[in-house]
Amino acid sequence: MLARRNPQLNAHGELIHLLSIEGLPRAILTQILDTAGTFLSVNDRDVKKVPLLRGKSVFNLFFENSTRTRTTFEIAAKRLSADVINLDIAKSSASKGESLLDTIANLSAMHADMFVVRHSESGAPYLIAKHCAPHVHVVNAGDGRHAHPTQGLLDMYTIRHYKKSFNELTVSIVGDIVHSRVARSDIHALTTLGVPEIRAVGPKTLVPGDLRDMGVRVCHDMKEGVKDADVVIMLRLQNERMSGAMLPSAGEYFKSYGLTEDVLAHAKPDAIVMHPGPINRGVEIDSRVADGAHSVILPQVTFGIAVRMAVMSILAGNDA
Amino acid sequence: MKILIRNGRVVDPASGRDETADVAIAAGRIVAIGRVPADFTPERTIAADGCVVAPGLVDLAARLKEAGAGALESELAAAAAGGVTSLVCPPDTDPPLDEPGLVDMLKFRARKLSRCRLFPLGALTRHLDGEELTEMVDLTEAGCVGFSQAERPVKDNLTLMRAMQYASTHGYAVWLRPQDRSLGGGVAASGAVATRLGLSGVPVVAETIALHTIIELVRQTGTRVHLCRLSSAAGVELVRRAKAEGLPVTADVSINSLHLTDVDIGYFNSDMRLTPPLRQGKDRDALRAGLADGTIDALVSDHTPIGEDDKMLPFGEAVPGATGLELLLSLALKWGAEAKLPLAQALARVTSEPVRVLGESLGSLGQSAGRLVEGGVADICVFDLEAEWQVTAGTLRSRGKHTPFDAASSGTRMPGRVRHTLVAGTLAYSAADAATA
Repeated sequence: MLARRNPQLNAHGELIHLLSIEGLPRAILTQILDTAGTFLSVNDRDVKKVPLLRGKSVFNLFFENSTRTRTTFEIAAKRLSADVINLDIAKSSASKGESLLDTIANLSAMHADMFVVRHSESGAPYLIAKHCAPHVHVVNAGDGRHAHPTQGLLDMYTIRHYKKSFNELTVSIVGDIVHSRVARSDIHALTTLGVPEIRAVGPKTLVPGDLRDMGVRVCHDMKEGVKDADVVIMLRLQNERMSGAMLPSAGEYFKSYGLTEDVLAHAKPDAIVMHPGPINRGVEIDSRVADGAHSVILPQVTFGIAVRMAVMSILAGNDA
Repeated sequence: MKILIRNGRVVDPASGRDETADVAIAAGRIVAIGRVPADFTPERTIAADGCVVAPGLVDLAARLKEAGAGALESELAAAAAGGVTSLVCPPDTDPPLDEPGLVDMLKFRARKLSRCRLFPLGALTRHLDGEELTEMVDLTEAGCVGFSQAERPVKDNLTLMRAMQYASTHGYAVWLRPQDRSLGGGVAASGAVATRLGLSGVPVVAETIALHTIIELVRQTGTRVHLCRLSSAAGVELVRRAKAEGLPVTADVSINSLHLTDVDIGYFNSDMRLTPPLRQGKDRDALRAGLADGTIDALVSDHTPIGEDDKMLPFGEAVPGATGLELLLSLALKWGAEAKLPLAQALARVTSEPVRVLGESLGSLGQSAGRLVEGGVADICVFDLEAEWQVTAGTLRSRGKHTPFDAASSGTRMPGRVRHTLVAGTLAYSAADAATA
């Protein structure tokens, strides 16, 4: 079989789409994080705008609803002076039977410069990137269980902000890892950036042994999983997992894998607690931890805007 | 029509014959191999210098569905172009083959096209719903060579056992693809690739649990069962043990599972969306070894023409399947060469062995189909072993253009090119005609 070029990179190795963290060199991740740092100050100014994407059209294509993620992309694009068009496709074309690629062709004809795509199927943004016009950039805003690269990057920004370096960290990711695109992106990013120990923590239904293939240590005991961790990333437990064959109940999950102050005491004293949001208080995380001194959940949101600005501005500067 | 195939390398896997010889054909039958009677006056002579003259291929799994009107014509033309002279069609046509009238009509239409012999499998249950038995005696009289659920599940083990008991009452074979319904819902094989890509997985136990169930029911009922499209090393091992025990089971593997693994999915290439899913390297190796040692009896194309729109979708939403009739010969040869097998042994898996799987269901045709024997039917494939080609949409006659072996997908070099295909002594395909047409 032919070895094919990573579709995210052009012939010069520059980022033209952001589809997954996997396969991106450390230099590109670092470039995005460094660029995000320069945008943080923009967010503190009275006039929160830079003209980098002036005249460009960014289409938010959300085939799956997510007001929060869409809003952060919208804010990021607007702070770069782009025109932003939000399309809630879950409610429009798809329900009329239009195919994904027909939708893309139509929007391309409206002279889009960038598509921010969320889709329930793993790999959908790859299909779009393969078939859109060459000047159009695609940003994956979450596809199925596969990837959520901007979330992964903002998590890395947050970790670097608080921990300075990645080289000696232990990072524990707790929860529904098998269905989580955030966990996959975090694992690839942490691996690329040189984190020596990454743990996946949860019951075997949500953290199967196959995950070892991704280079993580699998733990089914919460206290062992967070022991001496520098960073604890809690994942949201989706409603549909809280009963049935994956888990018997939210209450029993919290008993075994909820992050309480007692559990957190097993981590390093200066450990940070992260969560991609929205949080389920009392399901995966106790309120005292979510609102406590170790929590960096709200700074993550702030950094998320800067990271998305960085991704969009870097993509806009690179040609296919 | 009298035809002389002159000076080809005649390879007959069943007898082990492998020699340069002339083959004389008259009235649909082979009248002589080697010593052609002096008074034989051919109306057409095919110069087979440098070519192999082999039995026509027998493909135990080729779908003709989902290709729209005129599908039968294009797909049987594809078969002929691929050197396939007999094919077995699973019953998941639209509507499914659960009534004798439908089978009669399909056989009639195929006969009129005279490109390839068509042997349908009847539906094991009405509408393939997995609940009520079909009229298997009537369906067999209409021409069905066995009974199958195709990709559809049987409701429960009680129904499966009864269907097997009833089929074995009349000596009919049941063809089953071993996959547990509840475990088989994923879109890729469980493993590192599916985990990494976030694709839902089909674990190996989906196959082995089904195999354990089927084998146990064979033990109980004595039913003759053909196991379709094995995909895993553990599955091959279960079949090996069942055969060692003397149970009446046979098995096949698809060209896709024989040559590819889940790594070939790459960046969500929907051409690799297949049923069963592509598994890991160790599974592929076991399938290759199983085909070589006879644990797996036959290599099949698992031909499934899929329309363009049905593959231009995210991986999990794309319709599974790939075109294959025109690739079967080349991929059998490629496997044989890579496994360092004699040519006859590689060809046996697509000629004499599938005929043995079909057994008595072929009637008198079973005596000579898949073989080259004097007095036998003249179903013949003449191919250039040295010619290499690459698969592109334009090279395929099938309406299904999607295949993992597409030059753009994989760049696979395909050994062997069909020059002529004869069905019942009539030219069903000739590369020279195709080029000038």
